[in-house]
Amino acid sequence: MNIKVMNVIIALVTLLLSTNVFAAAPIKIGALFAVTGPAAFLGEPERNSAEMVVNEINRAGGVKGHKLELVVYDTTGDATKAVQLATKLIKDDKVVAIIGPSTTGETMAVIPVAEKGKVPLISCSAGSKITDPVKNWIFKTAQNDSLAVGRIYEYLQKTKQTKVSILTVSDGFGASGREQLKSQAAKYGITIVSDDTYGPKDTDMTAQLTKIRGSHSQAIICWGTNPGPALVAKNVRQLGIKTPLFMSHGVSSKKFIELAGDAAEGVKLPSGKVVVADLLSGSDKQKKSLLAFVKDYQKHYNTEGDHFGGHAWDAVMLIRNAVDNGAGSAAAIRDQLEKTRGFAGIGGTFNYSTTDHAGLGKDAFVLVEVKNKDWVLVK
Amino acid sequence: MQFDQILQYTLSGLSTGAIYALIGIGFSIIYNATGIINFAQGEFVMLGGLFTLSCLEFLKLPLWAAIPCAITASTVVGILFERLAIRPLRQPTPINLVIITIGGSILIRGLAMLVWGKDTHSVTPFSGDTPIAIGGATILPQHLWILAITLIIIIINKLYFYHTISGKAMRACSYNRRAAGLVGIDVRRMVLFSFIISSAMGAVAGIIIAPLTMTAYDVGVMLGLKGFCAAIIGGMSSGLSTVIGGLILGVLESLGAGLISSGYKDAIAFIILLLILFIRPQGLFGKSDSERV
Repeated sequence: MNIKVMNVIIALVTLLLSTNVFAAAPIKIGALFAVTGPAAFLGEPERNSAEMVVNEINRAGGVKGHKLELVVYDTTGDATKAVQLATKLIKDDKVVAIIGPSTTGETMAVIPVAEKGKVPLISCSAGSKITDPVKNWIFKTAQNDSLAVGRIYEYLQKTKQTKVSILTVSDGFGASGREQLKSQAAKYGITIVSDDTYGPKDTDMTAQLTKIRGSHSQAIICWGTNPGPALVAKNVRQLGIKTPLFMSHGVSSKKFIELAGDAAEGVKLPSGKVVVADLLSGSDKQKKSLLAFVKDYQKHYNTEGDHFGGHAWDAVMLIRNAVDNGAGSAAAIRDQLEKTRGFAGIGGTFNYSTTDHAGLGKDAFVLVEVKNKDWVLVK
Repeated sequence: MQFDQILQYTLSGLSTGAIYALIGIGFSIIYNATGIINFAQGEFVMLGGLFTLSCLEFLKLPLWAAIPCAITASTVVGILFERLAIRPLRQPTPINLVIITIGGSILIRGLAMLVWGKDTHSVTPFSGDTPIAIGGATILPQHLWILAITLIIIIINKLYFYHTISGKAMRACSYNRRAAGLVGIDVRRMVLFSFIISSAMGAVAGIIIAPLTMTAYDVGVMLGLKGFCAAIIGGMSSGLSTVIGGLILGVLESLGAGLISSGYKDAIAFIILLLILFIRPQGLFGKSDSERV
């Protein structure tokens, strides 16, 4: 027997023995995030947060002796790719749960795959149609747009501002916001006096805002993600419009304040609690999770954690808790997820049930205002 | 419809239009010297803005020094692009060249994404951001900078093409490359010059709008297309008609967004582009066989 063959045999034996050492097999979790492409502002913090929390859980010894193993694929924001990768996660990687995708469009495309493969999927995107109607295997962690709209309208009703102008971006996020703004208006006694849109790549919104200025509304609500709303804020200032300006939760990160500069002052928006974690009262159930998340993210990535990353953090923690409660298989994890009650995460306090797979209430959002380049809570 | 609204639409339109004009002239200069449409033109607009940002934030240069640095850096990219992608081509047919410029633009955009990241960046305005009221409308000091710089560049452009030897040589190339070569003009050198001028102009456009519109690795695409529309309306001339083309486009977009519907803003630009191409392919002001420089 020559040395080469000996080597091979030794290698094989070592391999066989080593599998025996890790008796508790790792629990494989799949993740689909739009790490590159137009939705990278969602996918990148989501991937970072998910990897961070999984590493932390493993460093602390895993869950019930099992390590977690995260398999992340980049969908580039493309629904077709998301479907292929979801199939790959289920068929080849044999994961027991999937986190993501990052956008509503991708999630809707992936839902049939997860349902057919009988694998629980926790989406990180906001569209309310994901869990409405409830689908057996599908959950979500991102707050519904309707909750954000409700938060703004509640404030407007309280301050007796009933005539509003809306300016929404012409993409999926803006369209969904526009739909909610229009459908909930009557409930709060609000009339929409002007309804305009802008393109995601537009560089000047003064035309739309001039029209809005002429409509004599009492508040302007702009629904979009960076950089559009920052331009809107700048244009509002340029045109000398004094009407209060409201934004969506799509811009609740420091980036917005950085981009809009002085023009951001006084802008109000509904936001997940993560940006104001240190301002929350001590009695807030989420405060502990929020502060831990913000501190860890800062330490690992040297930048501020945002609520997009929080959606992935929540998803990993929900699965962790399900496993901790004894679930090992895909079906058992699903059942345990559905039993989640009072889990105080980043996005809010989750209460899943057989009739609610979104799990969040209106308290998931707080209304914040930009003052001196920072957020303050609006009472 | 009140007067001050119309005034506001027009003023906003003129300042965006000036940018389209600058980018459009960049398209025409290269088209006239080489016969190709350089679809990477928009990327130089992006590079101008992002290089300025780097000069200001990482090299800590003052604004007056950052701007020439950014223009130089973008021009170097323009030269490299011509040397590495355009010149080595053995049999340059227009379609090959156009496809190369599209490939080049994707490459430049991809590299910019790796260097500057995917975030949008803001650049501080040249002289504050206190609005200036004109009638019932308001503009920012930056708008005045845009209009003034565009005007200066157009004047320099005119002087260069009509009163210097190399400018005249470039015009000669645009009329007839072969004849220009026969009388001793180095045509390839003129092609390089055209890339230098248009990448520098693209960079200037990118620098002066960055404070208004902010900048990111992917701003070049849409601005490039709008600039292309302006050049088509102007009949691919590198003079006044492209400028007017840009201004018309800017004002129509702004009026369209304000008076009809904001959803159709980009559609307006492309409908104009198609109409011009169908009805007056020589441009709005061109005679059928017009002087193109």
